[in-house]
Amino acid sequence: MAHSKPPAGRPLSPHLQIYQLTLTFVMSGFHRVTGTVLYFGIVIPAAWLLAAAAGPDWFEFVNGLLGTIYGRLVLFGYTWALIHHMLGGVRHLIWDTGHGLELVSIEIFARATIIGSVCLTAAVWFAAFTLGGL
Amino acid sequence: MKLRTPLGRVRGLGAAHEGADVFWAQRLTSIASIPLTFFLVGSCLYLIGADYEAARAYISSIFVAPALMLVIVVFVWHMCIGMEEIIVDYVHSPAVKFASLISNILFSVFLALTCVYAILKLCFGA
Repeated sequence: MAHSKPPAGRPLSPHLQIYQLTLTFVMSGFHRVTGTVLYFGIVIPAAWLLAAAAGPDWFEFVNGLLGTIYGRLVLFGYTWALIHHMLGGVRHLIWDTGHGLELVSIEIFARATIIGSVCLTAAVWFAAFTLGGL
Repeated sequence: MKLRTPLGRVRGLGAAHEGADVFWAQRLTSIASIPLTFFLVGSCLYLIGADYEAARAYISSIFVAPALMLVIVVFVWHMCIGMEEIIVDYVHSPAVKFASLISNILFSVFLALTCVYAILKLCFGA
């Protein structure tokens, strides 16, 4: 099973690095990467909530950290990962129905996910700067 | 040694006959995450520049608090399943694999409980 090792000297079947890098391949990997980023990134909103529960001093402290240029950069990355993973997820939900699996469709989906996530993230941050007068 | 054919030995061992519940849960939570993501982003935008009392009033309002707890439960459930899939895909050493699987569940439950507690404290705390 998983623990058995192939006898020495036997050729292995080709793995990921042998194949040409395609956009859909990268997007598939990126869905996992953004998922992992969000997995650890959820600590940020969790810390914000906990700070709010801890009282005004902690709330101001964490808000201040998130308001710095580094804090904003991290939040910007978090926003993009969130939106990118959401759009990638929509793509997977469409595939689950058995539709959109043609080569033309998956190329269109891949491009639409990138363009969509960049545009939506830009829209969110434009709204943030407009609303916040930052 | 048993007098059984190779086919007889493996028959019935093929499919795990379980796992569809995880597949289903991941789809359920991903569909639920779409409106919840819009709600979360909208809430963050609304709270920009809000002081402590304003933030507390918003979070503890009757519709926001349950929705925010739903965000936590759905997101954490979804990410726990996702990380489990990544672990069983890439971690092959049994010791590290089981340590990772256990850590994943404990981290997820701890995070969810902490966030829900924080929301409840903002609602009912002194």
